[in-house]
Amino acid sequence: MFPNKFDYVRATSVAEAIDLLEEYADADTEILAGGHSLLPTIKSGLASPEVVVDISGLDELAGLEIGPETTTFGATTTYADVLHTDGVYDAVPDVAETVEVIGDRQVRNAGTMGGNLAHADPASDLPAVVVAADATIQIQGPDGERAVPASEFFIAMYTTDLGPSELITAIEVPNVGDDEGATYVKKKSPSSGYAMVGVAARLRTDGDSIEAARLAANGAFDHAQRLEAAEDALVGATVTDDLAATAAGAATDGVEEWELMDDIQVSSDFRGQLLEVYTERAIQQALDRVGVAVSA
Amino acid sequence: MADHDITLTVNGEEYDLAVESRTLLIHALREGLGYTGPNVGCESTLCGACTVHVDGEAIKACTTLAVQADGREITTVEGLGEDGELHPVQESFQEEHGLQCGYCTPGMIMTSVDFLEENPDPNRDEIREALEGNICRCTGYQNIVNAVESAAEKLEEAE
Repeated sequence: MFPNKFDYVRATSVAEAIDLLEEYADADTEILAGGHSLLPTIKSGLASPEVVVDISGLDELAGLEIGPETTTFGATTTYADVLHTDGVYDAVPDVAETVEVIGDRQVRNAGTMGGNLAHADPASDLPAVVVAADATIQIQGPDGERAVPASEFFIAMYTTDLGPSELITAIEVPNVGDDEGATYVKKKSPSSGYAMVGVAARLRTDGDSIEAARLAANGAFDHAQRLEAAEDALVGATVTDDLAATAAGAATDGVEEWELMDDIQVSSDFRGQLLEVYTERAIQQALDRVGVAVSA
Repeated sequence: MADHDITLTVNGEEYDLAVESRTLLIHALREGLGYTGPNVGCESTLCGACTVHVDGEAIKACTTLAVQADGREITTVEGLGEDGELHPVQESFQEEHGLQCGYCTPGMIMTSVDFLEENPDPNRDEIREALEGNICRCTGYQNIVNAVESAAEKLEEAE
């Protein structure tokens, strides 16, 4: 479990980090923030970078700001920073509750929001939540800044829209309004705690009907993605006792068995069943929460 | 760029040392500086035996590069007690027999100290959750939870 040798360079600004990534463009280069995705990957031999660019000390990337419409998380904001910020449960309860179940206490003291998303582990908890929340990923690279909707950021297992010399600078998450309900529920692996299936939901109601719905899953597929068939079943529907179950039945509509992950813990067939069950729970909990404050 | 001169402050003592890029903080502490309180367990961020405080927060030293800790303040279990007296959390682990082989104990204690600073009056469920990242293969955790509970009372009385 000793990492292979690599060169380590510490960036003193985002601009310098991008310059360094460009300078070492021909080498196998990785970005280091909290290190809680990168170091385990290096130690297990899955990655063997020649150069590691450390952005963990960049103040311009750390911290979060709760605005009237959106909450912006700097890329190197740790999970613990999120949980220690007043008002975060009011503004973005789904993000706060998700961060609370990532890893363990020590991991949350070190792991970062941007690192989580850039690593794009299919079983990580945060990706589904940012997709369901319609968050925007702010990216900076040699060609300047650009913004990507979270739903287009995740491409495949450990693969994102990030270019080779780009890095995430911030994640902008729309706040949850009074007429909205938001949640994340998961079936966690009893050994690792990662999501075997996790479903995030954000629903907006208009009286007794559903005006807008966004659902996303991680753990189920090779990357976090929206559950559009189930969303379609919700939008415009009148809220009844069996709505969550009916709409959740559509979670696997159009999903081929090969699209669902299959491993030693959960077969793809069982994953499909879990996906429907956890979609139902997410919808129901989001509905129950409309207009209700969520506390830490 | 493979070797770096760094400064670590460990338990109040400042050290200048040279480390490789890939040197993990746990190895710099144990082999470089002789702080063998934090242990090497799973080496994969799971067991928590290597837990130390960096700038007051509990982290796993097997998943931190030594060079990342450059200029930071580190506390290991050796640095908890004052004037030859054990820290109240250490005392409680001894009194409640919150250990058998003792291998996980430094990590358990460092996480507990960090946790009790944030939550001075926890219930048993909260204690178990706080210690989620520390694995003990001997005790069954019962006495560890008792120890943290008793330490919380001690710390409150001391205030």
